[in-house]
Amino acid sequence: MTIKEIQDSIVEEFSMFDDWMDRYAMLIEMGKECPIIDPQYRNDNYLINGCQSRVWLHAEKRDGKIYFTADSDAVITKGIINLLIKVFSGQTPADILAADMSFLDEIGLKEHLSPTRSNGLLSMVKQMMLYAEVMNG
Amino acid sequence: MTLSNFNVNDIRKQFPVLDQQVYGKPLVYFDNAATTQKPLCVIERERDYYLHENCNIHRGVHYLSQMATEAYENARKTVAQFINAKQPQEIVFTRGTTESLNLLATSLGQLLVGEGDKVVVSAMEHHSNMVPWQQMLMHRSVISTGAKRSGEISSNLLVIRMDKKGVLDLNHYEELLKQRPKIVSIAHISNTLGTVNPIKEMIAMAHKYDIPVVIDGAQSMAHQVIDVQDLDCDFYVFSGHKMYAPMGIGGLYGKMEWLEKMPPYQFGGEMVDTVSFEKTTFNKVPFKFEAGTPNVGAALGLETAVKFIQSFDRQEVESYEDELLRYATEQLSGIEGMRFIGQAPKRNGLVSFVIDGIHPYDLGTIIDKMGVAVRTGHHCAEPVMTFFGIPGTVRASFAMYNTKEEIDIFVKAVERAANMLR
Repeated sequence: MTIKEIQDSIVEEFSMFDDWMDRYAMLIEMGKECPIIDPQYRNDNYLINGCQSRVWLHAEKRDGKIYFTADSDAVITKGIINLLIKVFSGQTPADILAADMSFLDEIGLKEHLSPTRSNGLLSMVKQMMLYAEVMNG
Repeated sequence: MTLSNFNVNDIRKQFPVLDQQVYGKPLVYFDNAATTQKPLCVIERERDYYLHENCNIHRGVHYLSQMATEAYENARKTVAQFINAKQPQEIVFTRGTTESLNLLATSLGQLLVGEGDKVVVSAMEHHSNMVPWQQMLMHRSVISTGAKRSGEISSNLLVIRMDKKGVLDLNHYEELLKQRPKIVSIAHISNTLGTVNPIKEMIAMAHKYDIPVVIDGAQSMAHQVIDVQDLDCDFYVFSGHKMYAPMGIGGLYGKMEWLEKMPPYQFGGEMVDTVSFEKTTFNKVPFKFEAGTPNVGAALGLETAVKFIQSFDRQEVESYEDELLRYATEQLSGIEGMRFIGQAPKRNGLVSFVIDGIHPYDLGTIIDKMGVAVRTGHHCAEPVMTFFGIPGTVRASFAMYNTKEEIDIFVKAVERAANMLR
């Protein structure tokens, strides 16, 4: 699937819930399913600094595509990073760099995108983009 | 004196911000240790100042300036009387606790602390009562050795140990005092653990060695009766915004003999006596510590907040708040995996906890969606979290306008969130 197709399916999934509790329940589920980073990378070099919870992110390139793994000590944060992993993992660096991230607004995660929010969603997106940039070409 | 005028429903009417819904749920505001809400009288006082009285103080001969100066100086009197300072001049207006502590680290540091000298803080301090001292001490050794890099660990900051309940070890404190530190600076009430420290005893202990004591009263002013003469502290610092007053105003109480000896902290207008290009002489206390135009409107708001607090029987308010804390602790303790952080016998104003297997951030995020505002994280006291081996806590902190009904909502929200997260 293309990034756009994955984003659309995520938006559809989230739109089934009116209630924020259900959306969080879904994020928590996604957190539990997150492709977990190899323990050797669970160190400060791979840490994305959020204020309140820690997120580790690793990326590797296979056959021209980037695959991400991650972990966080907070499960909602882990759900958010897994959401991004679902969108970006297995895509080419060029596609990742060209991705439109407005789907985050549509699923109501926009409030999390503000740089002053403590969960570091913005930092996570930036870090993934940075990996894509380095691995591009 | 029993005024018995304490009626929480009436009080809540004076705090319009409480009467709102967030995410469609009634707001439960339990983040009072970060900042309290402001009653209408305080908001109106500051507004009134800008509507009718705004003027720069201490320098104009005209009517408005004289009125504003008088109002500002009256505010100083009210604050002085509130904490039983000997004289209004012993109150320096600052932006708050942090600025007061920076003022002290700089000015008192300059007066007392030389190379190799030590300062005592406690293991439960928030960053404001630790970093200014640490940096001042580090700066001393950077200057003296010329070699040490800034950011290097300073061994001159002595830290009073605490136990796992969050109680300071006074024997250890005594040991530290024997090392003849130049200053002791400790929190009256811990912002993370709620521990009420035995400051009167600790002040007396330091005075046996002729060491001045700074008390960080950020968490106590709204909740406890403060008598600086009875405590015999050398300095007492506080923030207005944690005691129903506007943001941007706070204070520093200092014994006159200290304030007179201390060098100015910032330089500029207002704090000078005579100025020439060769030399400047400084204004008297407290003005020599109040460089530039002060936040007059907020100072008047602070005065009104003090009067607001004084309009109640303080004992009655304290008992009510204690009962909120007791009730919250009791209700929370039924939740599976509950672990209270800070179990000192004497606590005040807040309950801090973690639930096994659940990150505080997750819990805070979920209960926020249920309309409950608490603080999660390290509460600007990272060393305290390191001590307990946790990433942070969930902290619910109370004010006089909170209710048991709100605690019920909060406890249900925590239970529901915990079930979701497990």
